[in-house]
Amino acid sequence: MTSSSLAFGIMIAGYAAGGGLGLAAPTGRAARAATAAGGIAGSLGGLALALTVLVTGAPFDLALPGWLAAAGGILLRLDALGAFFLAVVALIGLPASLYGWAYTAGDHGGGRLGFLGLMFNLFLLGMSLVACAGNVFTFVAAWEAMAVTSYFLLMTDADDEETRRAGLWYIAMTHLGLVMLLPMFFPMAPGAHATSFADLRSGAAALSAGGRNAVFLLALAAFGSKAGIVPLHVWLPRAHPAAPSHVSALMSAVMVKLGIYGLLRVTIDLVGVGPAWWGGLVLVLGSASALVGVLYALSENDLKRLLAYSTVENVGIIAIGAGAALVFQSYGMRSLAEVALVAALFHTVNHACFKGLLFLGAGNVLHGTGTRDMEKLGGLIKRMPQTALLFLVGSAAIAALPPLNGFASEWMIFQALLAGARIPRPEVAVGVPIAVGMLALASGLAAACFVKAFGISFLALPRSEHAALAREAPWPMRASMWMLAALCAALGLGASAVVPALSLVLGGIDDLGAGLGGVPPPGLLVHGPLEIGQMSPLLVAGALAAAVLVAVLAVRAVRRGPPRAADTWGCGRIQQTARMEYTASAFAEPLRRVFAALYRPTADITVKLHPQSRFFVRSLTYQSEVEPWFEKALYDPILGATRWASRSIRRLQAGSVHLYLLYVTMALLVALVSVWWVR
Amino acid sequence: MIEFAALLVQTAMAVALAPGVVGFIRWLKARLQGRRGATPWQPYFELKKLFGKEVVVSRTASWIFRAAPFIVFGTSVVVASLVPMAVVTVVADRPGDLFVAVYLLLFGTFFLALAGLDTGSPFGGMGASREMTVVALTEPTVALAIVALALGAESTNLGDIVIRGVLEPARVPGPSYLLAFAALFIVTLAETGRLPVDNPSTHLELTMIHEAMVLEYSGPYLALIEWGNAVKLLVFFSLLANLFVPWGIALSLTPLALLGGLVAFVVKLAVLSVVVAVLETRVAKLRLFRVPELLSASFVLALLAVMTSFLVR
Repeated sequence: MTSSSLAFGIMIAGYAAGGGLGLAAPTGRAARAATAAGGIAGSLGGLALALTVLVTGAPFDLALPGWLAAAGGILLRLDALGAFFLAVVALIGLPASLYGWAYTAGDHGGGRLGFLGLMFNLFLLGMSLVACAGNVFTFVAAWEAMAVTSYFLLMTDADDEETRRAGLWYIAMTHLGLVMLLPMFFPMAPGAHATSFADLRSGAAALSAGGRNAVFLLALAAFGSKAGIVPLHVWLPRAHPAAPSHVSALMSAVMVKLGIYGLLRVTIDLVGVGPAWWGGLVLVLGSASALVGVLYALSENDLKRLLAYSTVENVGIIAIGAGAALVFQSYGMRSLAEVALVAALFHTVNHACFKGLLFLGAGNVLHGTGTRDMEKLGGLIKRMPQTALLFLVGSAAIAALPPLNGFASEWMIFQALLAGARIPRPEVAVGVPIAVGMLALASGLAAACFVKAFGISFLALPRSEHAALAREAPWPMRASMWMLAALCAALGLGASAVVPALSLVLGGIDDLGAGLGGVPPPGLLVHGPLEIGQMSPLLVAGALAAAVLVAVLAVRAVRRGPPRAADTWGCGRIQQTARMEYTASAFAEPLRRVFAALYRPTADITVKLHPQSRFFVRSLTYQSEVEPWFEKALYDPILGATRWASRSIRRLQAGSVHLYLLYVTMALLVALVSVWWVR
Repeated sequence: MIEFAALLVQTAMAVALAPGVVGFIRWLKARLQGRRGATPWQPYFELKKLFGKEVVVSRTASWIFRAAPFIVFGTSVVVASLVPMAVVTVVADRPGDLFVAVYLLLFGTFFLALAGLDTGSPFGGMGASREMTVVALTEPTVALAIVALALGAESTNLGDIVIRGVLEPARVPGPSYLLAFAALFIVTLAETGRLPVDNPSTHLELTMIHEAMVLEYSGPYLALIEWGNAVKLLVFFSLLANLFVPWGIALSLTPLALLGGLVAFVVKLAVLSVVVAVLETRVAKLRLFRVPELLSASFVLALLAVMTSFLVR
């Protein structure tokens, strides 16, 4: 037994045991413990498996052709690209499992906890197997398992109307994606029983240009809808916040990444190099996702929905990297394509870490205060100091502040785009600077967005009873956040070692094999492609620490006594209350005005005057809402058509037995005729 | 080792010189407006006074409020160490490029905005919200200006750009450099809170941005923030001066070259200060919601700069 199959066994056994024991556990307490232990064991196994494959470079294979042979059998093949995504699943799965142990305490009854535990472990198992799948059937089965289990997890609070609606959106969109998966895979298959990815690879080479384009477009739609790329992101801000927080973390940090995995698997691995417009399309959609995502995040006052919209933004940033890689590949610049892909993968793992961290932090807030409405929060830094610190680390990382990991990967993407300027084509000359501008605008707006998320929720005075009585989360919840925060710091400070390691991930792919020289070996500096730029987060962090230390010592030396506490200055009013603070909506107001064309906010002002004088105002209400209008414009016609179609079909179901007999006869007749026809 | 020493001396010089630049602009503005004005040394006296005062901290505030001044000052100093001023050193050039410099400054602004929210004062929140708006809208211009410069110099590292400019003087006065300079000049005004974006001499007006954010600070904390901002202004001036007009900067550590570099640097700073002082005397502050128009104009300039650098290549 090799070490990789041992690790694989631990992974499967861990998740299976966690799910099974969770379901069978007699009490809620035991169910929670079994769920968490299984999730942790499975994640450790998955991490070991992924690292074994990445370090040795030898793929892990497992074939069970006898199982469901009609559909092609089970075939697992974990190569370096899959192993990277398996590692992402396991890296976030572990803290999320630990977190869920404490988070689910007290909320639910025993039976439901068992079911939740089963679904949670199956969800992790499904996501892990998506990365391991080696043929179409295994991939689709794991993909569907991931979708269905996450649907059940999402519906934990099924009593809530909004959750049910989110669930409907989710299940509809995810199945729309599934419907597109099969016609995407099958044109590539050379024969009825040759559906392994290796067969597809050779089959795709024989496809015509039109066929390859169709495969690419279907893959973009199917995987793009899972990843949350605009305009297929509509389910994401609805579904992710509705789930329990550790599941939200998994969905936002990991599940959307598997959409990216699918897209990369099909485009750079199976179909091979395509025309430049493939990459251009991904680049455009990525830029749009980045900007739309962050703008809606900025205007959002629900903490978890803000994070979900910011996931759309970050998926867009990853897509910018991936799209640039596809463009470079089509122009034959393989080493540049490698760098752009490494940048995209780097941002993938970085976003998994900080978004996981932030969602868990939002979970602590929800756990401690019972609300996720930012207008009711505030002052939590005093009641929940550790959560606040950890959420701040996540916010700084996602706002791309050096020396944390978000900056390192955005820097790589900037550098890759800059290198793209070498392509002597007018559309590239226009497209690259615009993509750079969009990326920079998105990261600037993300900084504003997370100043708002952290500043309004955690600082100043509490805006409600809930926030005033907040309590710090129990240790497992904080410990899992510490893990992710440490990862954010390590990935940022160690960027010069992480980037070369990530180029190993692309080792298994024909056209991008290692040794292209795009990514220099590890050292103190992180290098851009073609030596365009260098930087070192470690040295910058050291210099910053030194400068701050000098300033602290200097102020210590000259200041007179400790700081004196006093009231906030308030233009002469007696007492400071939370009503005087800036609100979340007010914070975003200037940007909402600047981008009014996109937001199209509706404003409703009602003024009630004193009956005797119009100069005295009795009450004044102001209501303003931002509706994602283009979602309406895009989806309302589709929804309308679906409703119309289902109403029309309903006529067939008239309740008369005679009619149904007629249908059966007709169906039989059609079947017989078509058999005869085919012969 | 000697390079490292030169870097430390240059950074210390920048930190020491920064309040003087602010004072010089104030003095010049006063003269242009027909007033006598305080001496250019006034900011040093103010810093000395503030360092000698006690610190008053709001009861509402948390450790963020107390940490922010150090972070603002620290990030400004680190950026100052990355930017070539009188001399280009390789030690300073590798750890951080232009992107690092820009995002480090964003780091400081991020914490200052949080500190503005921390006291629960409506002024602080207002300042934080406006500052983040302006910063977010300047980011794309900065990034594109970097692209325009990097395309010419084939590097995003500051030293490389400067050296390239010195060695190939024919490249520098090209149209893409001029457009990028104009774009970055507008960004400088916006990021350092000068007219017409923000008025550095207003206090307690509803129009203010930066001053609203730091309203609650006192004593040494306020001194650190003021000093950090002065360093930030100096950093932006050095970027404008040395990236676009690199001549005169010392490329070696010989005494003669260093002296020449220092003189050239002071002269460039003086010219830029005069330009800003004249501009601040001539233009009025824009309404807050007109500021995005100015910033999008700068974005278009930067975009044109990049396009031109493609065309002339």
